[in-house]
Amino acid sequence: MNDQVTIPKELPLQEPQQIEEHIVEIVSDSGEGAQKCGQTFGAIGGKMGNGIWTVEIIPAEIQPPARTPAGGSGNRIRVGSKIMTNMGNEADLVVGFNEQVLYARIANGAYKEGTIVLLENKWANDPQEKIRDEYAFAVAEFKKNGLIVHELPMEEECLKIVNNARKGKNMFVLGMLCRIYNRDPELGLNEIYKTFKYKGDKVIKPNKDLFNSGYEFAKNNLEYFYDIPPYEGSQDDLERIIVTNGNTSLGLGVMASGMEMLSMYPITPATSSSHYVAEVFQDVGGFVHQAEDEIAAIGFAIGASYAGKTACTITSGPGMALKTEMIGLAVMGEIPLVIVDVQRGGPSTGLPTKVEQSDLLASLYGEPGDAPKIVIAAATIPECFEFVIMARKLAEEFRTPVIMLTDANLATGVQPWLKPDIKEEWFSAPIDQSPWDKNVPAYDWDENTGLSPRPIPGQPDGMYVLTGLSHTERSKVSYNSETNQITSQHRSRKIAALQSTLKPPVIHGVNSQEEEGDLLVVAWGSTIGAIEEAVDNLRAEGHKIASLHLRFLSPLEPGLKDIFSRYKKVMTVEINYSDEPDAPMITSENRRYAQLANVLRAQFIVDVDCWSVVYGHPLQPGLVTDELSKRLDAMNA
Amino acid sequence: MFGIKADWSLEVFERYFTLDDYGAGGDVRWCSGCGDFAILNTVHRVLRDAQVPPEKSVAVSGIGCSSRMPHYMGTYGLHGLHGRALPLANGIKSRRPDLDVWVATGDGDCFSIGAGPWLHTLHLNMDMVILVFDNGIYGLTKKQTSPTTEQGTKTNTHPHGAILPPLNPLTITLGITNISFVAQVVDWNPPLLFETIKAAHQHRGTSFVRVLQRCPVFSEEFTKPLQDNPDRFTLLEHEDGVTIDDNVQRLFHNVVEHDPKDWLGAMKYARDQENIPLGILFKDPDAIVYEDHSSEGVGMTNEEKIAGLNAAFDKFSI
Repeated sequence: MNDQVTIPKELPLQEPQQIEEHIVEIVSDSGEGAQKCGQTFGAIGGKMGNGIWTVEIIPAEIQPPARTPAGGSGNRIRVGSKIMTNMGNEADLVVGFNEQVLYARIANGAYKEGTIVLLENKWANDPQEKIRDEYAFAVAEFKKNGLIVHELPMEEECLKIVNNARKGKNMFVLGMLCRIYNRDPELGLNEIYKTFKYKGDKVIKPNKDLFNSGYEFAKNNLEYFYDIPPYEGSQDDLERIIVTNGNTSLGLGVMASGMEMLSMYPITPATSSSHYVAEVFQDVGGFVHQAEDEIAAIGFAIGASYAGKTACTITSGPGMALKTEMIGLAVMGEIPLVIVDVQRGGPSTGLPTKVEQSDLLASLYGEPGDAPKIVIAAATIPECFEFVIMARKLAEEFRTPVIMLTDANLATGVQPWLKPDIKEEWFSAPIDQSPWDKNVPAYDWDENTGLSPRPIPGQPDGMYVLTGLSHTERSKVSYNSETNQITSQHRSRKIAALQSTLKPPVIHGVNSQEEEGDLLVVAWGSTIGAIEEAVDNLRAEGHKIASLHLRFLSPLEPGLKDIFSRYKKVMTVEINYSDEPDAPMITSENRRYAQLANVLRAQFIVDVDCWSVVYGHPLQPGLVTDELSKRLDAMNA
Repeated sequence: MFGIKADWSLEVFERYFTLDDYGAGGDVRWCSGCGDFAILNTVHRVLRDAQVPPEKSVAVSGIGCSSRMPHYMGTYGLHGLHGRALPLANGIKSRRPDLDVWVATGDGDCFSIGAGPWLHTLHLNMDMVILVFDNGIYGLTKKQTSPTTEQGTKTNTHPHGAILPPLNPLTITLGITNISFVAQVVDWNPPLLFETIKAAHQHRGTSFVRVLQRCPVFSEEFTKPLQDNPDRFTLLEHEDGVTIDDNVQRLFHNVVEHDPKDWLGAMKYARDQENIPLGILFKDPDAIVYEDHSSEGVGMTNEEKIAGLNAAFDKFSI
């Protein structure tokens, strides 16, 4: 067995090798702390002025069986000398606490030929023959597939310091990584202090010792020594940099929007946002209500909104399905409300922890009956924050529910961003309790815009009964056909009124917004980083390609028809299902398009093509580059 | 803000509200002989006696005959979805504890499609009155079996007779932790109806009132035998419950003292199918009232909010 251990005996001190970026993964069984290690490594990178993008690797179960591919838990950190906008392609360096957890990552295409794997070697001498065999088999297979495997005695080294290496090996690994990437060890030790400061020196000291031991181990035994310089201007940002995932940024947005009520029911991957808000909401005078189910959660929010305190509910696909009738009520009664859908894989229970963009059509058209509403999609982690503030304002101005889409990629992706200057105008104004003008009906619809002011309970002379039934401007139940026609028109008109205030989207990659080209990629949501990186790659090769990323989906941003006309071909790139045009049974009459493509084709009568996949993971820029490259080649052929 | 003024002078009513202020004007479109009229009028009287400003009161409902009630009120109203009146009502109260909230629901709306919210709303115990207009039938959709339909009753969904014995809403309600007010009354005895609903309104917490209600069109057999035979009832009386004048007492032969604090006694009466209890079965003024928590921070200043938000952000600085 020992001949498999590939530790160089003695390494001369060397200068670190300068690199632009690296993607590092740390993967362990659930509960071994790989996530904490990864988050801390990411934070240290942020402090050193690097661009960072972190993705959590999460098993679907709380305590999945040990040493199984499905049980892998950890973190992917893309760290580089520029601001990072996506998780990148295959990893450069991986730390595996056992060999089995790496299999799921390999199946995900996370590694390539030449990926360095630093693997715990204790399994080679495990008392169980089965485990020894599995390990030996995997190591051979990894090597055969071009991974550069180093089997390291991490457990053995940790046991020199602690009795149970399960607790603490992650800090040993953090030490190793800090050496490999030439991080300031003081920053690592500080993070350890911050993490364990409430547990006292008994916990802090061994963890610091483990960190130092890992650092020394890498220094003495590993040939890898890199330096990733900070990005330009990072020093100016450092004061204001905060590091959060998208769900936390969403939670901060709820607090900053002036909404005082977040009514929710637990659902993955949305819940961590509510967890965060629950922790701090009282500091800005708000309250998180955990309802008995998804329907009650939105019902409670609608009640609060009706009473003048615009509320928020955060959920994911299955929750959206349950909320549809309530969303219909909010549309019909014109109740301001913010509904956040952190999308996961579907349909049904689907892929709870993984990403998809499959709720677009359901958000636009999910309610039986005509239910026009505002639908927006955040594309970045800062937008998860900003868009909630916008959503609350839109909901109140336009007296309508607003659906804000994010996804599991944004939810768990971690990125540094700049702390905003908090503005009082973000908060909602105190509710109006002054007398309502008796002559003004509860729905005083403006004929052109469909907009109307809203009486709030407590306002004398404003009394009305909000109803989900068809109703007149005084909110009296009416089965009159003319009333139904006119009121449907008013509710729809509001969406057009909003569109008239929007600007056309900014096209990415072009030298001038008027530029003409071969291929325009249209997309929405969290795929922005990967797609723009792919477009940049292809433009660098001389292709006439550009992309635009929609934030408003109902209404659509204006000017699209004009923009589309300047490109020979328009296509969407999305992470929802679509049929490949050349697949068996598929014809131009039955091909199902990706969801945004569907919307654009219907709206603009333009032959918008699409490429979309549902692998459950975020798009990789390399994969997108390859796909778009094929399309461009086909066009030029 | 309310109550005694700083200078201790007598509060003179600037506005005095009459019964008309609590009605919506216009037609009330329930069937002639429907028990709902009695409930509606009683609510108007209770509000008038309490002089609740109409703009401060909100009537919330789901779907069904009962749930048209907000349309016949001069207050604010929210006529919501089938089975979902209660989450809406809770939400209204959550950040607006100053509002006076009433819920009108029915046996289908509350005990069937709304069963989940029913249990959890009672658990939350927010300050409101829930009036269940229980006529043992689906009326608006025309005679389908409801959870409280008597076994054997022929309905459009069970033309050969309802298969199961009816659900007992009282024992279910009494079984919920943090329950604070359970009463049962009939729509056809106005003084008793008034006293019961008044007590429900005065109680702070969720006051659950099941009103056995006449539906002359679809379920006369549900209430007719009870109307004809007051001996089917046990009237629960107590100084801390409802007190009943002699005229009412004369009608009911079974009158017992029951302290609404006595949960076990309440359960005993609730279970009794032969002697149906009327009056207040249970009352606990000390149960946790959820809006005491959910409304924390109402009125926080923008300065405080900005400080809180800055502190929240700073935890993520590196």
